[in-house]
Amino acid sequence: MVEVKTADQLNKKFLRDGMWPTIFCNGCGHGVVLEYTLWALEELGWDMDKTVFASGIGCSSRMPGYINADGLHTTHGRAIAFATGIKAANPDLNLIIFTGDGDCAGIGGNHFIHAARRNMDMTVIMINNFIYGMTGGQLAPTAPLGSIATTAPYGNIEPPFDICNLAKALGANYVARWTVTHPYQPIKSVKDALSKKGFSLVEFLAPCPTAFGRRNKLGDIKKHWEWYDNNTILIEDYERIMNYGTEKEKEEVKDMFPIGVFQDLNNPGFFERYEKLVDRVMGGSPKTPVKAKAVVQK
Amino acid sequence: MIEVNEDWCKGCRICIERCPVNALEESDKMNKRGVRPPRLKKVNECNYCRLCELLCPDLAITVFTDDKKKESRKTLLRPVGGRK
Ligand SMILES: Cc1ncc(C[n+]2csc(CCOP(=O)(O)OP(=O)(O)O)c2C)c(N)n1
Ligand code: SF4
Ligand code: SF4
Ligand code: SF4
Ligand SMILES: [Mg+2]
Repeated sequence: MVEVKTADQLNKKFLRDGMWPTIFCNGCGHGVVLEYTLWALEELGWDMDKTVFASGIGCSSRMPGYINADGLHTTHGRAIAFATGIKAANPDLNLIIFTGDGDCAGIGGNHFIHAARRNMDMTVIMINNFIYGMTGGQLAPTAPLGSIATTAPYGNIEPPFDICNLAKALGANYVARWTVTHPYQPIKSVKDALSKKGFSLVEFLAPCPTAFGRRNKLGDIKKHWEWYDNNTILIEDYERIMNYGTEKEKEEVKDMFPIGVFQDLNNPGFFERYEKLVDRVMGGSPKTPVKAKAVVQK
Repeated sequence: MIEVNEDWCKGCRICIERCPVNALEESDKMNKRGVRPPRLKKVNECNYCRLCELLCPDLAITVFTDDKKKESRKTLLRPVGGRK
């Protein structure tokens, strides 16, 4: 049941005292992602004492610090590895990872790949602002072609990383991408991702007016936010146009970012398989299953 | 009614620009940061949709449903058709 009805009540319940307002720049999308996640948590009614946030390094990785729950601010790119360890030590905990595009798709790419492949029980919320925001705007592996960064002053020539496609190919149970500019779909999507067993990824396309927008001439905050509305398309519409549209319609949408839910499966997560393995090896009967946790704790 | 935690507002104007009925404006008072937090216009059509509250990157706005305003009458029109 939802007991919290207003942002004010939400703030009182979830925010860490004395940490607000955030360090995020004016018009930054990170605060919005944080708020959507809190609404999703409120709707789920999760016990915050059983919820752990982990993050790496970057503006996005500051997010756990603002939430009144246990959090681990780890080293650059390694949040998923730390989270795997936490989950192994205590499978009863719910793991939420806040990470940036540089943190997750750049330096932490391999951790991400293997967590998705293992269908590791956790939710990764990757905030993609197409750039390394915190360090002043170096080129990220997610940067769109032609975009300008301090390390790509003449425009990016490298094809960008589609992290959702990657997670999908690796068999992650839940994969979705949204922008921060509309609240309802992403709140529901984060809720669905959190409720999933196995690996779930929600990617947010989020404005970074300071390091990305300014350099790429996206205009003021209003125009920068509108850019996300004008350059994204629901995956269902994208596929319909690509399959049945006219050449003109296809031309119009071919470079847009598809958003929506890309994968929604119910395969067993890593820990379900692990518990079964422990059961088999330790000879536990179905009536008295040996808890994987007990074994790990020895 | 909307309530603004004025010192949390960074003045991005997202709430003002994205309100579907253009009900918000900058107030005439500056906060500590030197920006003008939003307020409801004197005459406004706010329908408590809560979009401003949900989009504010700094969680600075809270929307309270105003009981005094009458709820608009529900339409009797029922769409027929569709797949379900
Ligand atoms: C091992 C290591 N290498 C490099 C850095 C410098 N560094 C700090 S944040 C960052 C990029 C973060 O980018 P992203 O994850 O996209 O976060 P954003 O700030 O854009 O949210 C880098 C390269 C570091 N802290 N540690
Ligand atoms: S640098 Fe960019 S990502 Fe970092 S807080 Fe500022 S706007 Fe947000
Ligand atoms: S609640 Fe909706 S209508 Fe009212 S000010 Fe906010 S965005 Fe505008
Ligand atoms: S959206 Fe929030 S931070 Fe931005 S102007 Fe409105 S109240 Fe201030
Ligand atoms: Mg980034």
